[in-house]
Amino acid sequence: MSVPLDPSLSVEAAVLWLSLLAPLPLGLVAWRFPPRRMLPVLLAGAPLPLVTLWLLSRLAVDGGLEGAWSLGGLLLHWRLDALAGLLLLLTQLLLLASAAYAVGHRRAIAVAERDFAGFWPLLGGLAAALGLIWVAADLLTLYAALELMGLCAVGMMLLPGTAQALTAGMRYLLYALVGSLAWLLGVALLLGAWGRLDLAGLAADAEPGAVTGIAMALLAAGLLLKAAIFPLHGWLVPVHASAWTPVSALHGALVVKASFFILMQLWQRLVPEALAAAWLLGGLGSLAILWGGLQAWRASELKQVVAWSTVGQLGYLMLAFPLLAGTSAAVATLAWQATWLQLAGHALAKAAMFMAAGNLVLAVGQSRLGDLAGTSRWLPLSLMTFGIAAVTLMGLPPSAGFTAKWLLLQAAILAGQWPWVVVLVAGTLLTVAYVFRVLRCALVEDAPRREVRPVPGGMDLIALMLALAALALGLGAEWPLALLREGGLP
Amino acid sequence: MSGGLLLLATLGTSLLTAVLIFLLPERAFRARTGLNLGAALIKLSLVAWMVWGLSRGRGYAVEFPVLEGLAFVLRADALGIMFAGLSSLLWLFTTVYAIGYLEDSPNRKRFFGFFSLCVASTLGISLAGNLFTFLVFYELLTLSTYPLVVHRGTSKALAAGKVYLRFTLTAGLVLMIGMVALHVLAGDIRFGQREILAEFGPEDRLLLVGLFWVLIAGFGVKAALVPLHGWLPRAMVAPAPVSALLHAVAVVKAGAFGIVRLVYDVYGIELSAELGLLYGLVAVASVTILFGSLRALAQQELKPRLAYSTVSQVAYIVLGIGLFGPLGTIAALSHLLHQGLMKITLFFCAGNYAEELGIHRIDELDGAGRRMPLTSLAFSVGALGMIGVPPVVGFLSKWYLGTGAIQAGMPWVIAVLVASSLLNAAYFLPILGRLWFRPGPDHGVGAWPEERCLGRLETHAWLLVPTLATALFSLLAGMLAGMPFSPLEWASRVVNAEYLP
Repeated sequence: MSVPLDPSLSVEAAVLWLSLLAPLPLGLVAWRFPPRRMLPVLLAGAPLPLVTLWLLSRLAVDGGLEGAWSLGGLLLHWRLDALAGLLLLLTQLLLLASAAYAVGHRRAIAVAERDFAGFWPLLGGLAAALGLIWVAADLLTLYAALELMGLCAVGMMLLPGTAQALTAGMRYLLYALVGSLAWLLGVALLLGAWGRLDLAGLAADAEPGAVTGIAMALLAAGLLLKAAIFPLHGWLVPVHASAWTPVSALHGALVVKASFFILMQLWQRLVPEALAAAWLLGGLGSLAILWGGLQAWRASELKQVVAWSTVGQLGYLMLAFPLLAGTSAAVATLAWQATWLQLAGHALAKAAMFMAAGNLVLAVGQSRLGDLAGTSRWLPLSLMTFGIAAVTLMGLPPSAGFTAKWLLLQAAILAGQWPWVVVLVAGTLLTVAYVFRVLRCALVEDAPRREVRPVPGGMDLIALMLALAALALGLGAEWPLALLREGGLP
Repeated sequence: MSGGLLLLATLGTSLLTAVLIFLLPERAFRARTGLNLGAALIKLSLVAWMVWGLSRGRGYAVEFPVLEGLAFVLRADALGIMFAGLSSLLWLFTTVYAIGYLEDSPNRKRFFGFFSLCVASTLGISLAGNLFTFLVFYELLTLSTYPLVVHRGTSKALAAGKVYLRFTLTAGLVLMIGMVALHVLAGDIRFGQREILAEFGPEDRLLLVGLFWVLIAGFGVKAALVPLHGWLPRAMVAPAPVSALLHAVAVVKAGAFGIVRLVYDVYGIELSAELGLLYGLVAVASVTILFGSLRALAQQELKPRLAYSTVSQVAYIVLGIGLFGPLGTIAALSHLLHQGLMKITLFFCAGNYAEELGIHRIDELDGAGRRMPLTSLAFSVGALGMIGVPPVVGFLSKWYLGTGAIQAGMPWVIAVLVASSLLNAAYFLPILGRLWFRPGPDHGVGAWPEERCLGRLETHAWLLVPTLATALFSLLAGMLAGMPFSPLEWASRVVNAEYLP
């Protein structure tokens, strides 16, 4: 068993680890006694974000928390800074929303309770893995958490049991394993060269050179694959289109972002000055924005539109690399805030959008865009939620997407990196095009009235809350961003 | 009530109304009507309270930080409250009109919800205290008007909505880039802090000129300046109250108001003159005025003719700005209000003819004056005002523009004004002739396209009353222009207090 390195384990650290690991027993309990209503799920999960809020308030007073566990001969490092705390809060809120949504979703798609029960322990595992990724400070912990996350995600994708879900899920597993392989190679190289795996130590010891470069390239390739960054995004869309709605929501909102988060952590520590590579990543991000937007525009099914939009939106995050590499402190500060704000806004909005799209598809019983005709009259709430979530994705005010885009534009103009301005404009216009294509289909009035089967109100309400949260984060961005600035910049 | 709270309450009235309307069920007709009218009245009185407070030297402002070095600022200054007053007043009438117009049609909940959101955005635009806040509400306005434009859900409406979005959202992006670039250059400029840009040295002048035109391009789409006006005539498929609102208060005016803010409160009129920006504005405005009038002349249907007339009339505001001098400024600011009053009257009338008699084309209007005398009277007031016949307010705008042009040393502008007035007369007088002097179905010649007898009056009372009210306001604003709180007097007050070059 693990024992703390420092015998005087602080209260904050104990609380943190309790809240990080709590989802595991909660998931098991839910497996044994599947919840039938949303309220117990919400009540059981609600303490976790509250705990994180308390931790964040402590962080603001004492600065970051850090420590290490010794496990046999290994030292496992962790730290909780403002960024990790905020991401933890975001994760917990989204997991809570998805868990409650899943209860309604099971009833709406009429799956037997025992067939659905497997969802809960996997959700617990996913929650723990994500929490670990935010706080882990060495490559070994990160590897373990990344694998746990990937396996839980694959498990959740396979749950529907349809042939389509199985094919997509197995493909995802294959990609994830290839990604892990590349990652392991990179880790081995770093361990061989510098003899340590903790991030702080590597940042201090590792010198730029061939070994570091190759190791970073391997690590980056693995992570880009897992994060579905263009051109390694092939597995994402089939998986999202066939999985259960709460699963796609979580996956699009959090799982792919975790890999990006790790990539950013490593990049900042190992090769912060690698200009060409950073521009390459920015270029990939730009292509992702354009390609994802185009494909979303051409997609014929609602869930595919949402899934392709994830591919495109992830590209915005990649623009951070060129804006952080070798630029002035002012630019870096702006880009740093923009990236995390964009990540949070997109996570909330994408989860809301998946849920709203799922509600629309469930209620109409069809998934093609043309079948949405007239839904503005029969399903106004679901459509409204879709629209509000889309405001964030389009980066229109007042939303987190808008504020993040403002910051990104400001950073790009200040740094004189004009290509990104063009990409942002093109990406926004593409997003507008595919979002309003969906809305136009829904606003058609002269369609014959079809049978609609409204979903339980709670499902609409959860999606709406998430979409509104993404909106509120736009003008209320100062609180998290101030924490981020105090917590130290790259 | 403290200043900031009053501002938030005013803005909150419309926002809350929007939310409540979305929560009410579709069939709750009475509750929705009560809510709409109640909120419109409350908001009007709150704005009136602020007008009174401002005239006694009180200040209203509230702000909070959104980013490092960037704040969300709401502030009521004399110029902003002028626009807020216009929008609140016309909102009341348009609400009444829309309730009558949409009686028994589907999707009224959606309509009124977005309608309130649209008005809230317009109010936000008028009370915004810096460019960032302005942009937030400006884009919100685009989003909230889209469902109104495509309200009918026909393929024609959806196609018009597509064009509308293409123009406005692209312009929004251009505007955003311009604003971010200006922010990078000069930081968070509050409206009225004209000294910030004025202090830039000659090496930045070229950049400032470039940014100015980028921002004008962004505003120009909504203000329908030629050649960026393409969306406006097409958006005519929207229901009549929406067209009225779009043309008189919300979208087109938001663009024009943006230009006013940019020139007077960000760049400052002196810097704009120094950089030679005003000549460009005058040129663009003159072209737009003449082009809009010519195109209006070519239209065979009533609503598109009114739409092109808007293109031309809104450019008067820009023309007034371009005439560097107090008279031109007074003309620009007061025309912002005058055009709203007159144009909303005309659109209400067009809606009345369409609803009551099924008339869409101009040649179907023969003899309508006998069948609908009050509506036709209101239309005549609006049309004569547009031509510039006293005592309707349009005359004052043109008078000040003309004297302003002489003051600014640009006498050729008078020629533009004369030409445009002649064109105005050429496209409005024939309509008046048809209304009053041609024999029509009520004289026993032909038949109305689709006559419906709505109500005991010449048409539905909910449609007739707002029409007459706005026509009366257009007359009164002209006849009582010297009284305190008339549009002209308030515009002069704004100019004398703040914008004397």
